[in-house]
Amino acid sequence: MTDTTAPLTTADGRPLKAALAAAQSRARRKAFFLVAPLLLFVVVTFIIPIGQMLQRSVYHDGFSKEALNLAAWFDANPEGTAPDEAAFAALAADLRQMKDNKSAGEAGTRINYTVPGTRSLFTSSARGADKLEPPFKEALLAQDKKWGDPLIWSAMRAASSPWTSDFYLIATDRARTADGGIEQVPEKERIYIWLFAKTFVLSALITGICLLLAFPIAHLLATLPMARANLLMILVLLPFWTSLLVRTTSWIVLLQGQGVVNNILVSLGLVSDDGRITMIYNQTGTIIVMTHILLPFMVLPLYSVMRTIKPSYARAARSLGATSWTTFRRIYLPQTLPGIGAGALLVFILAVGYYITPALVGGADGQLISNLIQFHMSKSNWSLAAALSGMLLLGVLLLYWLYDRLVGIDKLKLG
Amino acid sequence: MALPVYADPLERAWYYAYHVICTAIFIFLIAPILIVMPLSFNAEPYFTFTQKMLTFDPEGYSMRWYDLLLTFGMVAPDAARDGSWWADVWQNATWVKAAKNSIIIGFWSTIVATVLGTLAALGLSRSEMPFRRIIMAVLISPMIVPIIIIATGLFFFYSNPCSIIGTECGRLTSTYTGVVLAHATLGIPFVIITVTATLIGFDQSLSRAAASLGASPSRTFFKVVLPLILPGVISGALFAFVTSFDEVVAVLFIAGPEQQTIPRQMWNGIREAISPAILSVATILVIISIALLATVELLRRRSERIRGVTPQ
Repeated sequence: MTDTTAPLTTADGRPLKAALAAAQSRARRKAFFLVAPLLLFVVVTFIIPIGQMLQRSVYHDGFSKEALNLAAWFDANPEGTAPDEAAFAALAADLRQMKDNKSAGEAGTRINYTVPGTRSLFTSSARGADKLEPPFKEALLAQDKKWGDPLIWSAMRAASSPWTSDFYLIATDRARTADGGIEQVPEKERIYIWLFAKTFVLSALITGICLLLAFPIAHLLATLPMARANLLMILVLLPFWTSLLVRTTSWIVLLQGQGVVNNILVSLGLVSDDGRITMIYNQTGTIIVMTHILLPFMVLPLYSVMRTIKPSYARAARSLGATSWTTFRRIYLPQTLPGIGAGALLVFILAVGYYITPALVGGADGQLISNLIQFHMSKSNWSLAAALSGMLLLGVLLLYWLYDRLVGIDKLKLG
Repeated sequence: MALPVYADPLERAWYYAYHVICTAIFIFLIAPILIVMPLSFNAEPYFTFTQKMLTFDPEGYSMRWYDLLLTFGMVAPDAARDGSWWADVWQNATWVKAAKNSIIIGFWSTIVATVLGTLAALGLSRSEMPFRRIIMAVLISPMIVPIIIIATGLFFFYSNPCSIIGTECGRLTSTYTGVVLAHATLGIPFVIITVTATLIGFDQSLSRAAASLGASPSRTFFKVVLPLILPGVISGALFAFVTSFDEVVAVLFIAGPEQQTIPRQMWNGIREAISPAILSVATILVIISIALLATVELLRRRSERIRGVTPQ
């Protein structure tokens, strides 16, 4: 007979509570050790590379590592101080340094980001740096009047530290003023915000079209008998499994000027031979092809939600006198909302970051933000590309977080 | 969905219109994939149906673009087609080299993604898993983060991968290892999703039964767990393979001329000199994807049968 007031113990005499806690923490460790290798792999091949890339968006030492004298002068003199003889002497010393290191181009490029057209100022002044004599202010201004421009001095001050917010300023279409303030660039030079807006609007449009096209067929699939629905489902899944490049190629074949669709329209007499419609290598092409590629991502979540909707609700509504439209609007549609939300969010997230399709069929006006990032990468504007990537990533992660909150990533299904 | 007997004429009209609309959408989905097949047999270098093709004149059709896939890039394409000609194809033909690269890279990245992904899925589906939600979100994110951002990150990282431990060492750009690691990362979310989905229906008491009968954890895994989740693992592996097989952006950024894959060659073909040879590649790829889709569907039904779920 055991004493009922004594704490429960295991066979070897340990308190049951402690033994249970130990067993649970052992189980937690075991589960974590199974995940740990993959987590480490993803951290090394995915998170660290992206982190390092993002660091470039706030770090650029092209100018700062060459302009130590100027950096010292900027440290000693607060923002807004007019450059005096000491400042120009520091500049002359740095230019000589740049000439010796052959790095005037690199330093000039850094200033060129914020004040366009200044790269040559640095390279040409560095070439003549050895001939500079005091007083340096007059000598440098005689070499090039631009050295008196307060904008350049404000840009050099900002670039004299490798840590900078300049690239995010550029990526949001803003610029520093001569007195160190920040303002928006003139309206016709605002390209980045506009392109972000365009990317989001086009993605929303594509999401909308996908929803319009996916809704009827998901409904049809969900209401057909299983055997026939499975057969038709292949028509949705086959595009999903087909190479992106194959689908893009097919659309080029279909839509180009001498392509199948235009030929059919011409032979039907709907379009004249020289009035062939341009449907590809422009924004229309991007929209059509991306809709086709992303449509399965909308159909699948819609279908899995619609499958669970009981037809008896609709029948009850009809028997109570609702018209078919009212039944659809007030009974059926609200029940499909989880599917609509899941599909629309997923399609939108994928569309915002799309690169391949716009690059191949977008022409001049169908390019999205990803294509601009690639453009700046190819021009070695790495920090600017990183800043644009940072902003795009922030947007996508916010949407991803929203998706996780509303839908749950463990609900993600493939086919 | 049958038409109810009480439907009024308007509903009847809508019922038929609805079916017409659905048919049109299905055609929109499938036509672009099927259209490349006949066009790839075009005898002329056009991307549209010629008069001869429309009248089913045998002269309108040819295998010349499939032939070009073999001969393009060869040293001596016009030599007699004997053993040394085929050796030349195997060694030098651009598309054959690309196919070999795609298969090698796809194979190894699938192995890495499937092994690590399956292990992780086993951990993630345990109820004791700490930080489950956030870790899952991290592991799925390669599918969500725009590929251009991943490729840009890898481009910098691969130029000096040892920077994370503060030293310098070789580069991973223009190496097979680099491309394999990148593609494995991209394939991991698919393995995680399919295997965790399979594990939801897995009865944990089976592995406890094995353990109580004295099986070691690894024996339990290989003899009890793995056979039951195998369909899910294979579907995940196929998804990972297709992801690698179809990936072009990372290859554009980090691969060198030695690692040109089929999608990379297609990219060149579409951007520069588009020739109907692209359509013959496309046709072959469509046939491969039909085969893969069929395999995955069969596996899904098998998995549902094993787990006693009625196939749906």
